[in-house]
Amino acid sequence: MGVDRRHGADDGTPTPERRGLLDQLAEGYRVVGASPVRVDALAKVTGETRFADDLSLPRMLHCKLLRSEVAHARLLAVDAAPALALPGVVAVLTGEALPIPFGILPVSQDEHALCRDKVRFVGDPIAAVAACDEDTAFEALKAIRVEYEPLPVLQDPAEALKNEVEPLHDHGDDGNVHKRIAMQFGAVEEGLADADLVLDDLFFFQGNTHLPMEQHAALAVREPDGRLTIWSSTQTPHYLHRALSKVLEMPPSRVRVIACPNGGGFGGKSDPFNHEIVVAKLALMSGRPVKIALTREEVFYCHRGRHPVLMRSRTGFRRDGGITAMHFQTLLDGGAYGSYGVASTYYTGALQTVTYQVPAYRFDGVRCFTNKAPCGPKRGHGTPQPRFGLEVQIDKAAEALGLDPAEMRLAHLQPPHAVTANWLRVGSMGLGACIRQVVEGSGWRQKFRRLPRGRGVGLACASYICGAGLPIYWNAMPHSGVTVQLDRGGGVAVLCGETEIGQGSDTVLAQVVAEILGVDLLDIRLHVADTQLTPVDLGSYSSRVTMMVGHAAFQAAERARAPVARAAARHLGVPADRLRFAERRVFDVQDPERGMAFAEAVGLAEAEGGTIACAGSYTPPATPGRYRGAGVGPSPAYSYTAAVVEVSVDEETGVVTPEHVWIAHDVGQCIHRLSVIGQVEGSVYMGLGEALMEEMAYRPNRFGVHKIPSMLEYKSPTTKEMPPVTTWLIEDPDPNAPFGAKEVGQGPLLPIMPAVANAVYDAVGVRVDEVPITPDKVLRALAAPDRRVGPKRFPDLRIGEVMRVKTEAEGGDGTAPRPPRAAARPGARA
Amino acid sequence: MMRLPTFAWRTPRDAGEVVRILAGEGPSAAVLAGGTDLLPNMKRRHQLPATLVSLSRVQGLREVALEGFVRLGAGVTLRALERRADLRQRLPALHHAVTQISTPVLRNMGTLGGNVCLDTRCNYYNQNYEWRRAIHFCLKCEGDTCWTAPSSSICWAVNSSDTVPVLIALDARVHLLGPAGERVLPILDLFGEDGIQYLTKRPDELLTGVEIPDQGTARSTYRKVRRRGAFDFPVAACAVRLRHEGDRVAEARIVLNAVGPRPVLCEEAGALLEGRALDDEAVEAAAQAASRRAKPLDNTDHLAMWRKQVLKVEVRRALEALRG
Amino acid sequence: MSEQAAGPTARRVQATWRVNGESVTVAFRPHRTLLEVLREDLGLTGTKHGCELGECGTCTVLLDGEPVLSCLVLGLECEGREIRTVEGLAGPEGPSDLQRAFAELGAAQCGYCTPGFLLVAEHVLAREPRPTRAQLVEELSGNLCRCTGYLKIYEAVERAAQRRAEGAAAEGRHGG
Repeated sequence: MGVDRRHGADDGTPTPERRGLLDQLAEGYRVVGASPVRVDALAKVTGETRFADDLSLPRMLHCKLLRSEVAHARLLAVDAAPALALPGVVAVLTGEALPIPFGILPVSQDEHALCRDKVRFVGDPIAAVAACDEDTAFEALKAIRVEYEPLPVLQDPAEALKNEVEPLHDHGDDGNVHKRIAMQFGAVEEGLADADLVLDDLFFFQGNTHLPMEQHAALAVREPDGRLTIWSSTQTPHYLHRALSKVLEMPPSRVRVIACPNGGGFGGKSDPFNHEIVVAKLALMSGRPVKIALTREEVFYCHRGRHPVLMRSRTGFRRDGGITAMHFQTLLDGGAYGSYGVASTYYTGALQTVTYQVPAYRFDGVRCFTNKAPCGPKRGHGTPQPRFGLEVQIDKAAEALGLDPAEMRLAHLQPPHAVTANWLRVGSMGLGACIRQVVEGSGWRQKFRRLPRGRGVGLACASYICGAGLPIYWNAMPHSGVTVQLDRGGGVAVLCGETEIGQGSDTVLAQVVAEILGVDLLDIRLHVADTQLTPVDLGSYSSRVTMMVGHAAFQAAERARAPVARAAARHLGVPADRLRFAERRVFDVQDPERGMAFAEAVGLAEAEGGTIACAGSYTPPATPGRYRGAGVGPSPAYSYTAAVVEVSVDEETGVVTPEHVWIAHDVGQCIHRLSVIGQVEGSVYMGLGEALMEEMAYRPNRFGVHKIPSMLEYKSPTTKEMPPVTTWLIEDPDPNAPFGAKEVGQGPLLPIMPAVANAVYDAVGVRVDEVPITPDKVLRALAAPDRRVGPKRFPDLRIGEVMRVKTEAEGGDGTAPRPPRAAARPGARA
Repeated sequence: MMRLPTFAWRTPRDAGEVVRILAGEGPSAAVLAGGTDLLPNMKRRHQLPATLVSLSRVQGLREVALEGFVRLGAGVTLRALERRADLRQRLPALHHAVTQISTPVLRNMGTLGGNVCLDTRCNYYNQNYEWRRAIHFCLKCEGDTCWTAPSSSICWAVNSSDTVPVLIALDARVHLLGPAGERVLPILDLFGEDGIQYLTKRPDELLTGVEIPDQGTARSTYRKVRRRGAFDFPVAACAVRLRHEGDRVAEARIVLNAVGPRPVLCEEAGALLEGRALDDEAVEAAAQAASRRAKPLDNTDHLAMWRKQVLKVEVRRALEALRG
Repeated sequence: MSEQAAGPTARRVQATWRVNGESVTVAFRPHRTLLEVLREDLGLTGTKHGCELGECGTCTVLLDGEPVLSCLVLGLECEGREIRTVEGLAGPEGPSDLQRAFAELGAAQCGYCTPGFLLVAEHVLAREPRPTRAQLVEELSGNLCRCTGYLKIYEAVERAAQRRAEGAAAEGRHGG
């Protein structure tokens, strides 16, 4: 039994204390897998939780940003002096004061806190005012004079690809092409030639946004000694810390970032933002606390949401449904800045191989800059779009081959612990169980192609990473750290840089520690997301927290447990490996009466060896892929999901109504069962919004404005749109994960959109090869000769050199051979 | 936080006092009832009344009388109407329309008068000040182009009321109190020709109530098209009242809304049905004729073409619902 | 904007409200909404906001027992009225049964929309002790949540309703 492997080995030899802990866990979990009241729940239901905009300080000033009203222009002049002259205005700021660029990725440091040379979309911040109240700041913005020299506006990535106008940026691979990727694993064309069926499909996934209920807010203060503290609704305090230090030219040790609980994030609060840097600078300038709370419209401009992606998928299938080869191409509309875009682009290709066997795989991806709010990571980061294409294409292939789509998938799953063509190592793999569960539970066999016209079911599957294998910036340090400090009263202080964004990460952290030390959640006091006090955790993104914080917390708690176990063993005269920590006691497993209170044991240990404060940390294992770009996709483990959606379709109006969703998710092991189910249900909800109505829409012919930057017109599903959901959890612990627990925050969103599309086809026989699947598209498809709506053209991505990597089956070693020298720059014009 | 502009505040006690204040202040005064339409507009700076005249202390605007002629005070909240089982029984189409407005919480605040006088809506207009500056404003507010139809000299903002089409179908009349006394007019006449002058009500007049004649044997229905089951305004809507004599249609009133600046009474479509049995052919012909009157443009949610297409379906479904 | 309307010297009006059962006299600028006065003048930041335009339901409070959007109610309209916010739901013994049900069943994830949902739910239960699922779908339709998909929220309201019914039944038995 792989208990040892399951929990990861600590650095020490198997001490008696460690053996005791592993035996304790092998006997069954007390806290892990249960659903105690979340540690943050009571504060949330009583209104006690302090979100960033709930904070205020004496003498606090209020900040507003003047944002560009032009989609693309050179800034000729920005004069904020008239605003400063107004009563109540204390400070103004323009781009001149903040010359250093920043950005989440080291390769895309292309943002300025306030625009300096150019504005690149309607909403790009130009100047800031700090005033005695928001009303005054708002009025003062009108006094700021801006002179623009308009530039051509690009809103279509296919246009941007042509490089016919002045590029938005002077970085990137080629003019307006921010990133161009081409990589091939194995013999793709040969695989396609050998196939019994080759499908060549185009898909389009429209952009959409996170729409967290909480609008971003930040409060900065200059301390009397000149140091800076900022509270912000950020998912990534560590990265904000780095950006602030860089832009403000302050040593990191003098900048303190505290992430407040986020009122929803979904990836939308993962970048360092203009407004955070601006209030920090204004606080430093004025010596007074400065707060900004964005309006809902401004949240749309922060965006960093789902990239619109045009896709082409050429896939070869054998008669039995097995894939022979796949050539997948993506064109991403990046919006105005880099953000996570390089990673997003890789992600539109990286995970196509982890669900079904794909022996040969080629991926070409291009991201272009356009004059729109910047895209970035939204729940599923870069993978929902290609997953949509893949799962719809498989549905088409199954029909063409006369196979049941569920059976076809089941027959060709990636085996557990396999290495994919693109060198991702799959861990535990519960997709088969997921498919069987939803097929059984939904009545698939009785429904598929058998429901009355207008009613249909669709199936789709997905997989997602449990934390990115590599950090955002290259370093060899741990991705997550936890400190556990014991006090002689039996209390446990747990310090960690992780950020609660609603997903339940605080509770996971507390549960892991409670499980190992045998204390109650109420004995634990968490201190999180404070860069001055807590060990670094990289942030709440890429579904990494349970995996990485969980490991670090496990290690820290185990290290804190060891001296307590030794002291108690000595005192009780029991070998340390017989000691169990439970019910706030330390006792002999063979004679449970023989024991003592946890607090007493801590006291003994403290008397013996001094104060007990132990750190743990986690770095993901090395990845097998070693080619350029191999950093995106690897993860310590992968979650798997299968979903069946039943819809009804009104053929006269085109309205699609989801009637029921059945979903099974391979989570490895639940830490907090109810929260896992909550994440699944929330993912289904968000997926249905993406499938049917959510859309970042612009008006290219009307100055390039965002069409609908409001809660009313950006359509987010209400209670009325939410169907019943039946959820199953597949628990097959992953050896790389703490307690075997894999992710759940993002993966379950992925199958929803393709499952809806497949269900629409089952219901009325039309293919809507794009999302959102709006009623007008369904009607158009019903009237179309080919019964399809979707993209009809795919532009030439002007791929130059293709990086070739031998697969494992071909005897490769994960590296790419050195490219021939002096190869033409990909896509460069003669 | 979106903040309100400043304003002067008046709290009259009766309708006469309201009208006197309105007459004194001129068009720079606005009446505040539920606030669900006016206050967002003020926060977005499209309406900047110097004076707000609160109706919260005004007596006599919240009466509901359901004997014979139905009389509904303009100040009654939508929620109060929704909770009237007798209204539901007596005027199911109107009751249904009320339940379709926005959300339960907003219906607690919004009033019937507010919904009847709802400002016309357009997604070039219902935007924040900063956004509208980026399009150089629009004809309805501070600008000189209707971005919905740039060559147009009129504003195409959309009448988005749910109650109005039903009230027109029911042949309701509105009571307006002005300095010279009360005038009563058919509700259709309350509506002006474009999205700016969308009401014929003068600035010094107060809508005090709506009266609805006895419906006799006529039956009515309301159908609303929108993206979501809550929050959303209609993007196409139709109300139909039919009176049968035997198996023939004696009278048909088909009203469209949310497809232009003004609600549309489709007289020709109605006339097509009169004297005929409500068979499929008649229904189709009427639906066709009615939908020809709809000129939706691209300034609400959903595609204009789809709205027109679906409106025809909805008129047909409305007629089918009133069969037999 | 005149100096008088904004800034520390801005003119304020004084009003007396009943907030969570207590009489409170508060001075605020006349163009402030109930939301702003609660959060900024009374320090009751439990009431959240997501749009300030009446498009999300987040800022819902009870005004004379009825749910309203505090972003669209003027402070001036609240003189003498009874206001209930999330801070007023818990009693001296701690969170109410409804709040506990939300906590126990995972109805609060990020927790930002939670106060608004709680107040609407409290009002629903006051009018309809055993709401059906369909009634909940309708009554809660004016509150957006991006985390839960609403399902856990329904379950929490239903659990609170059931507990209240059981409590009432137990009381009835003891009384009888």
